[in-house]
Amino acid sequence: MAKSAPSRKATDKTAVGEETFALRSLQDAHDANPRFAASDEQLLHFYEQMLLIRRFEEKAGQLYGLGLIGGFCHLYIGQEAVAVGLQSALKAGHDSVITGYRDHGHMLAYGIDPKVIMAELTGRAAGISRGKGGSMHMFSTEHKFYGGHGIVGAQVPLGAGLAFGHKYREDGGLCMAYFGDGAANQGQVYEAFNMAALWNLPIIFVVENNGYAMGTAVTRGSAETHFHRRGTAFRIPGMNVNGMDVLEVRAAAEVAVAHVRSGKGPVLMELQTYRYRGHSMSDPAKYRTREEVQEMRDNRDPIDAAKAELLARGVSEERLKEIEKQIRSRVVEAADFAENSPEPEMPELYTDILVESY
Amino acid sequence: MSIELKMPALSPTMEEGTLAKWLVKEGDTVKSGDILAEIETDKATMEFESIDEGVIGAILVAEGTEGVKVGTVIATISGEGEVEVVVPAKAGTADSITQSAKESAAPPAVPDQVRDDVKPKPRPADPAIPAGTNMQTITVREALRDAMAEEMRRDDRVFVMGEEVAQYQGAYKVTQGLLDEFGPKRVIDTPITEYGFAGIGAGAAMGGLRPIVEFMTFNFAMQAIDHVINSAAKTNYMSGGQMRCPIVFRGPNGAASRVGAQHSQNFGPWYASVPGLIVIAPYDAADAKGLLKAAIRSEDPVVFLENELIYGRSFELPELDDHVLPIGKARIMREGSDVTIVSYSIGVGMALEAAEVLAGEGIEAEVLDLRTLRPLDREAVLTSLAKTNRLVIAEEGWPVCSIASEVMAICMEDGFDHLDAPVLRVCDEDVPLPYAANLEKAAIIDAGRIAAAVRKVCYR
Repeated sequence: MAKSAPSRKATDKTAVGEETFALRSLQDAHDANPRFAASDEQLLHFYEQMLLIRRFEEKAGQLYGLGLIGGFCHLYIGQEAVAVGLQSALKAGHDSVITGYRDHGHMLAYGIDPKVIMAELTGRAAGISRGKGGSMHMFSTEHKFYGGHGIVGAQVPLGAGLAFGHKYREDGGLCMAYFGDGAANQGQVYEAFNMAALWNLPIIFVVENNGYAMGTAVTRGSAETHFHRRGTAFRIPGMNVNGMDVLEVRAAAEVAVAHVRSGKGPVLMELQTYRYRGHSMSDPAKYRTREEVQEMRDNRDPIDAAKAELLARGVSEERLKEIEKQIRSRVVEAADFAENSPEPEMPELYTDILVESY
Repeated sequence: MSIELKMPALSPTMEEGTLAKWLVKEGDTVKSGDILAEIETDKATMEFESIDEGVIGAILVAEGTEGVKVGTVIATISGEGEVEVVVPAKAGTADSITQSAKESAAPPAVPDQVRDDVKPKPRPADPAIPAGTNMQTITVREALRDAMAEEMRRDDRVFVMGEEVAQYQGAYKVTQGLLDEFGPKRVIDTPITEYGFAGIGAGAAMGGLRPIVEFMTFNFAMQAIDHVINSAAKTNYMSGGQMRCPIVFRGPNGAASRVGAQHSQNFGPWYASVPGLIVIAPYDAADAKGLLKAAIRSEDPVVFLENELIYGRSFELPELDDHVLPIGKARIMREGSDVTIVSYSIGVGMALEAAEVLAGEGIEAEVLDLRTLRPLDREAVLTSLAKTNRLVIAEEGWPVCSIASEVMAICMEDGFDHLDAPVLRVCDEDVPLPYAANLEKAAIIDAGRIAAAVRKVCYR
């Protein structure tokens, strides 16, 4: 792999020779300045968003246990810093986002109302998809959040299509397409890499590497476990990022966004993260030890770390408690709403199949 | 404040489980994330985590207890301090949900009229062609190209992508000239990567563009069928009508000539079985143009099935400024009173040929071109059947689970009283298409077979 000096700019790959192919330039830029210098208010905001996701997902798990949520339900607990840090670097309502089925956290990070998300989880008419999508199939075109896709890896070419749209319309927007370490082995991901690089599409591919593709550890499923290197064959620069620190995530996102925004084509980011819960609610998670999970919870937790940093900066314990209290009440409100909203009316069965009538 | 811990549902199918082991005892202090118990579900042994903080009060179900129903209170936690935990389920809520789920598992009490396919609605007709309109002779290939060009001039969101559509001018020359007029931004050569570019097209449509994705043939679209069905067809429904996918997937479909089994298949029945898709398979140039223009304008995802063998055939096309036809409406290609021959795509030509032969024998066959396979024009099929009382379906494709099967089902369900003879289908042989010229000929439908079936239903 060609390694360029940190100062060397990424150059137009079509115009120059192999030797200037700056595969590591973004990593070098990130390593040189790994943490975002957040103000107290910014860090508080990140903390609040991460905590909202954590509490929301815990409540979703509880409602699942009570039979109020059915089917598949994939919780984001442990991975909060990824969505919160990355989304914070995007232009809300302008840039597009797309992800797979572990989508609740992304939606919350994008500012979508917890009530309509929870009501979708419980399959109610007030849900964001009118109760017809469920946990894995939620969308908000208003927030340019394009799902919420249940087929592993499908969101990657779809995301490239969204990026194609930004380029076609010349609106300056970009697309962030999230997928997991498991999806990273799907063939269509590389078809999308090829065309995204070939056509210089404004897209950031984000691998959320939580260590396990359902029950298969990355080392058992992937020949190359350094997912950020997997763009090499397509001349897409990669970045390896600590996904358990929201400020590192944000700093890395800025490097990637600046690269893409300046018209230099796609970036592949790998976020090292961890999910505390099973793959879905029905996963006993016997493929890893309780100690491994506990070690992450005790020593790497992104929310605990943010809280400790806030306290160290002199933010008062009372203020954090107040935030915690407000979030609890928002989540309880969302759960009450989701539980008490009516199920969809029967005619809803036949609506929205086609847009037009023929 | 005491919180009730209830037996959780830990899988989509779990109704009861075994409380295998308690990992805490009464009086223990627990915090969010602590494992409280191990529970055996119908699938596996699961850990039951606390999401609350507090002290374990009473343990109400002893470890080792089997058959503990979901929702049973198994322990209590006395909450500490400021944490306001509201137990979300009022007593019996989980049960009532299960109950209502059972109720809704019964067939919905929806009157038939609500169903789209039988709902009475105004019947769209082909626009009248003004008297004196000049008719031009044009090939299907040119008609398709003109349809795309006109729509691209009309709407700058429309673009074409696919293998060899631009510089090569189209593998079958359907996109000839488009690159020159619209440039490489809107006429885009893709690598040979159907799954990928079908997904990119679908994503572009979700983001507000109007892609036309050309498959060099629909045989290669099998690589991409996940995006056609899971991404394009289901999105509007799954999003509660919020996110649309207005895209046209087009290209040649069905048997070509001597290209063997992997390149010779009619996918009409596959796509026509999917709610959320529009499926169009035109025969002549006027329908190819008018329906492709309608497909490009549609807010819904459309699979537009062409046929390589008719690309070069010439037909009359009215010279109109904007020739757009209604989707979902069949067309009577030839009037007749003795028997109806239903067909689509290349089969229509064979049906017309058969009708000529039959006319010489005194049998007046009505030939109905379905044109759209989904939504299928049931009314046109049943109206023609009511007139002729006999029906044959001719389909260049396999017989099993075919459009022919569907038309037969329509006749049985809603046209039984009009039938004077069993409905017959004339389809390709139920084999992968062979290469040898004689075997290939034997495998594919022709006018002779259609005429023979018609004589049979007419008891001649």
